[in-house]
Amino acid sequence: MESLLNLSDMQLDAIREIGNIGAGNSATALSQLINKKIDMNVPKVSVVPLGDIPDLVGGPDRMVAGIFLRVYGKAPGSVLFLMTKESALYLSERLVGVQKENIDELTEMDQSAIMEIGNILAGAYLNALSYYTKLTLLPSIPSMAVDMAGAILNIIIAQLGEMGDHALVIETQFLSEDDGINGQFFLVPDPGSLQIILNAIGVK
Amino acid sequence: MEDLLKVGIADYKVGKAPSRIISYGLGSCIGISLYDPVTKIGGLVHVLLPNSKEAYASENPAKFADTGIPLLVEKVVAFGASRSHLQAKLAGGAQMFQFSNPSPIMTVGARNCENAKKALQQCGIRIVSEDLGGTYGRTVEIDLSTGLYKVKTVNKGEKTI
Repeated sequence: MESLLNLSDMQLDAIREIGNIGAGNSATALSQLINKKIDMNVPKVSVVPLGDIPDLVGGPDRMVAGIFLRVYGKAPGSVLFLMTKESALYLSERLVGVQKENIDELTEMDQSAIMEIGNILAGAYLNALSYYTKLTLLPSIPSMAVDMAGAILNIIIAQLGEMGDHALVIETQFLSEDDGINGQFFLVPDPGSLQIILNAIGVK
Repeated sequence: MEDLLKVGIADYKVGKAPSRIISYGLGSCIGISLYDPVTKIGGLVHVLLPNSKEAYASENPAKFADTGIPLLVEKVVAFGASRSHLQAKLAGGAQMFQFSNPSPIMTVGARNCENAKKALQQCGIRIVSEDLGGTYGRTVEIDLSTGLYKVKTVNKGEKTI
């Protein structure tokens, strides 16, 4: 396995660019869905100890809504779209048309609408990534949970924990023009997948 | 000594009354506390995975149930607890995301529970209470003055086991 800690600047730039293309495509899809402008930042690529992953989202006990998907294909990995619970309520209101005050009030219909957003965002991200790398990448069916960030991230951390003590995380922030949606998109390649992606784009 | 000790993922802490030891946001992870009510010495380990033998990277014993538990037993005994007095409490092991055809990683919570109990049994430590499984996250905290183990959740309230 490649050592994550020894990535060159050029490799990091390439990974950032991948994140940028993927997230740009996702942001466009989201913007069209809710009919609002979406701002996104330049993706942050970081190699962090597994235990520090919850700190990337503001601490393990912060309440968030998370949509999780597995990526299958040539370069497997995980995708997680995390947003504030207010964003989840906002999304359900925009999509289903009924305003909810509390996350407990979300019906199956609301949840399924929110998950579909995750599906579309991940699909847009992976499409761009596939196009750029010529690798086949397919998302699994999404699943959603609203809980403490640490608990939600647990699934990714457990997966990575079998292979090592560090993870490479490609993170992009989304913010809609009316502040309705505030979320983070994470792509976490499985160990080994990173090398496949880098090889596919010809970065040594 | 600091009053509130924080335990991260794949991490452990040992202490003595009046300290408390806390670990935030456990999903499929398990927080195992050990406590000696006589000396009021105890510890908490936050394990991520069930089995060190199934993993490629196993340098950190606190990451796994099968190695993290014997490690914690050794550390609390070294701190002054009596092995025969030790009582174990467990919380965590949830399955946060529901999939129709769960892959092994989705059921890591259940496997964590199983292996944690097995490891405690092998160490000869009595399990006095547990709060395992479900589909929600937990924050756990042991109060070393009383041995009470507090389990906090977002939607299911708070309980003491």
